[in-house]
Amino acid sequence: MIVTLEVNGERRTAEVAGWESLLWVLRERLGLTGAKDACQQGECGSCSVIFDGQLVCACLVMAADAEGAQVTTVEGLADATDLHPVQRAYVDEGAVQCGYCTPGLVVATAHLLTEHPDATPDEVREALAGNLCRCTGYGSVLRAVAAAQGASDPAGADREA
Amino acid sequence: MSEVTVSRPPVRGGVGESVQRPDGIPKVTGRFEFLGDMHAEGMLWGATRRAWVPHARIERIDTTPALALPGVHAVLTQDDVPGHRYQGQALTDQPVLAEERVRYWGEAVAVVAADDPETARRAAEAVVVELEELEPLTDLELARDRGEVFRHIPVRRGDPDAHGEVVVEGTYVTATQDPAALGTEAGLAIPDGQGGVDLWGPTQWTHVDLTQLAACLALDPGQVRVQPCRIGGAFGSREDLSLQTHIAMLALRLDRPVKMVYDRTESFVGHVKRHAGLMHYRHEADRDGHLVRVDAQILLDGGPYQLTSQAVIANSTFFAVGPYRCDNVFVDGYALRTNNPPSGAMRGFGANQPCFAAEAQMDRLADELGLDPIELRLRNAITQGDRLATTGQLIEHPLPTDEVIRSVTAIPLPEPEDDDEPLHLPGGTGLTTPRDRVVRGIGYAVGLKNLEFSEGFDDFAEARVELTADGAVVHTAAIEVGQGMVTVIAQVVRSVLGMSRVEVAFDHTGQIGSAGSTSASRQTQMAGNAALEAATVVRDKALEAGGGDHLDDAGVWRGDTLVTSLAALTADGPIDHHVRYRHRPTDEPDADGQGELHVDFCVAAHRAVVDVDPDLGLVRVVEIAIGQDVGRAINPQQVHGQIEGGIAQGMGHAVMEEVVLDHGVIRNASFTDYLLPTTLDAPTVEAALVEQPSPWGPFGAKGMAELPTMSATPAVVAAIRAATSLPLTRAPVHPEDIVTGPHDAPE
Repeated sequence: MIVTLEVNGERRTAEVAGWESLLWVLRERLGLTGAKDACQQGECGSCSVIFDGQLVCACLVMAADAEGAQVTTVEGLADATDLHPVQRAYVDEGAVQCGYCTPGLVVATAHLLTEHPDATPDEVREALAGNLCRCTGYGSVLRAVAAAQGASDPAGADREA
Repeated sequence: MSEVTVSRPPVRGGVGESVQRPDGIPKVTGRFEFLGDMHAEGMLWGATRRAWVPHARIERIDTTPALALPGVHAVLTQDDVPGHRYQGQALTDQPVLAEERVRYWGEAVAVVAADDPETARRAAEAVVVELEELEPLTDLELARDRGEVFRHIPVRRGDPDAHGEVVVEGTYVTATQDPAALGTEAGLAIPDGQGGVDLWGPTQWTHVDLTQLAACLALDPGQVRVQPCRIGGAFGSREDLSLQTHIAMLALRLDRPVKMVYDRTESFVGHVKRHAGLMHYRHEADRDGHLVRVDAQILLDGGPYQLTSQAVIANSTFFAVGPYRCDNVFVDGYALRTNNPPSGAMRGFGANQPCFAAEAQMDRLADELGLDPIELRLRNAITQGDRLATTGQLIEHPLPTDEVIRSVTAIPLPEPEDDDEPLHLPGGTGLTTPRDRVVRGIGYAVGLKNLEFSEGFDDFAEARVELTADGAVVHTAAIEVGQGMVTVIAQVVRSVLGMSRVEVAFDHTGQIGSAGSTSASRQTQMAGNAALEAATVVRDKALEAGGGDHLDDAGVWRGDTLVTSLAALTADGPIDHHVRYRHRPTDEPDADGQGELHVDFCVAAHRAVVDVDPDLGLVRVVEIAIGQDVGRAINPQQVHGQIEGGIAQGMGHAVMEEVVLDHGVIRNASFTDYLLPTTLDAPTVEAALVEQPSPWGPFGAKGMAELPTMSATPAVVAAIRAATSLPLTRAPVHPEDIVTGPHDAPE
């Protein structure tokens, strides 16, 4: 079947088999390998993408259900010249080690800060509990989220400067 | 290590700075190409037929139905292995594909290559494998009694008739832990058209893979180029081969690139795990709490193939007592052959299991003596000038056991909590636990481990530093698995050269000699020292050629005058130097396990604070504090990252992480069922770094990333014991262990 969807602002079309997931379409049909396939069960969040405004595990979305959807992947967060503030914060805070969970965590964090820019530390922990990281123990991840929250606050940004 | 002069002024991006990873931006933007993201023109997809029984005789394998499927190009079995049919780092005892018998649940029997992964998967299923099931051997004591022993190491030190007045005994069990790196095994093999192959596969040591691959493929080592890989974590699980030989065989047979990616369940059976341990201990002390004698028997479950078990059991045996003085020590360590999943390296490499048991023993001893557990540990803490309790080796270098214990106890305890926020309670948003039922517990543990390879192993690392008009490049075959060695090496070289324009180039096996394994906490010191020595020579050559006294990104300076630009200096070609760095030789153990077996040591102390719901057996790990020996922190941010990540793995093994085995069958081979700590489980971490420079590490640095995992597990379980007054002799602690009361290890 043919599926047409909007990915990172671009209209994309792919011929897909019935068994294919959105994750498979992104990685193998559209060449967007940022989202990672680590558990196939929606447990680890490595394939997190924003799907019609919702944070989803792309491994759990059937390709056929993506017809007409608007999808943002990790490749769509940065603009041509600048990292997204969440990406910048992950780099600055050392929240990247092996980096396999990173695309999913970055997308989940960006979505969280869009929906709840003032999320408390407890709310951040709860919101990111669906993203497994085996390297960092999450301390640097949580510091990166806090830093990204500060960066999106103009007063905070001034202080940084 | 000889003295190193640091150029002035301090260089940007040198030693001591929290330098950012060069792969950080590619990783946050999704552009970093991991193994599973690789693609080659015209590639086929591989898949593996596995036998899902723990032990069986193979009656018949028929590949015809698989080959008959459209889109299938090859189906290979053990009969198709072109060269040596067995692999393994030390003993080559693991068939490339199952031969005559299946010896563990999920063992690979055949591999296929097809046009797409779905066809490959169906073809693998279509391979007919007829099996006669056999009784699996899964009991450790039975394996020992039957002589299924990869290695037995006896330690006999001191007076066999020596005894202490105070005696504590215990039996302890640690379950199998999965490294659970987020990236599953994946690889790509590309034939070179001349009978050779380029191979990208999950590895921590390309040259040890090369040796095995060349033998199995019947190729000259120069025909196989094992490429540096971009890998989603390791923690030891990539030390042994997984899919490399399989994809190389397929690619060479078909003369086409072949890619293979394991799914999570395959990954659980496709990589090695932390050995399960069964340990009997007896500690004897005098009335003042000085250890007089330790007896221990340590059984580790190696699974069916040796892999690294002969070295893992050495760590278990030689670190059986932990970081304490004791003159009379009698240990028997056994690595055993079973039909459980293959075990191998995992962060701590055999030192973790005895740490769990021995630290529980220290708490029992403190209890028996009426001493504070910290005081007992301080009275016995090993330091420079003491001898290692097991091997008798003199500790020649700084070993700040006392300091790490004191530094962790100096960290303020977290405030008691009295709020009803569910996330601050055991059971979390399950809303299971009223605040007034919560009991807080505090526990301590201290860990000791070797750095680098031991027991006489010829352990070396190569590096080449090349200076051009664009700056310096450090060439190495060392593998970056996420731990941050890429910045450490660059920082060391920047500080030596006085230049900030330094990059690390990861070479394949045809370009440079071995850097040794990215394991045993060794690359900071080994690859780091190789790079340091090479950079020192390059700097000296540059200064001599340029006629100056120091170097920076512009060129060679004499005082305040730039005398030769980098471009002029390297106009006739790069200035370079290649080093093969060896650490000092070590002994093989004698018949009593004695000798100077180790190069250097590292120590850490943990304090865990837990809140327990005794009614439901739920545990919230509130905080883990650590005092950590680091020699010198080359990159403080990364040191903290290793500490936090290591602690999460150690606490995971204390309260949730267990490969559940049922007569050799894994019952939880998925991320739904094998629980890993999430943001809601991971504790707050407070770390105190103890910096006593190692005399031979680069700029005094030690490898440090295994210690945070090791003693985290016993510290958390000690804290649960403190909260519950239960003996809790098994890790991980399950809710039923708390709810159903006293629970001891099976006798």
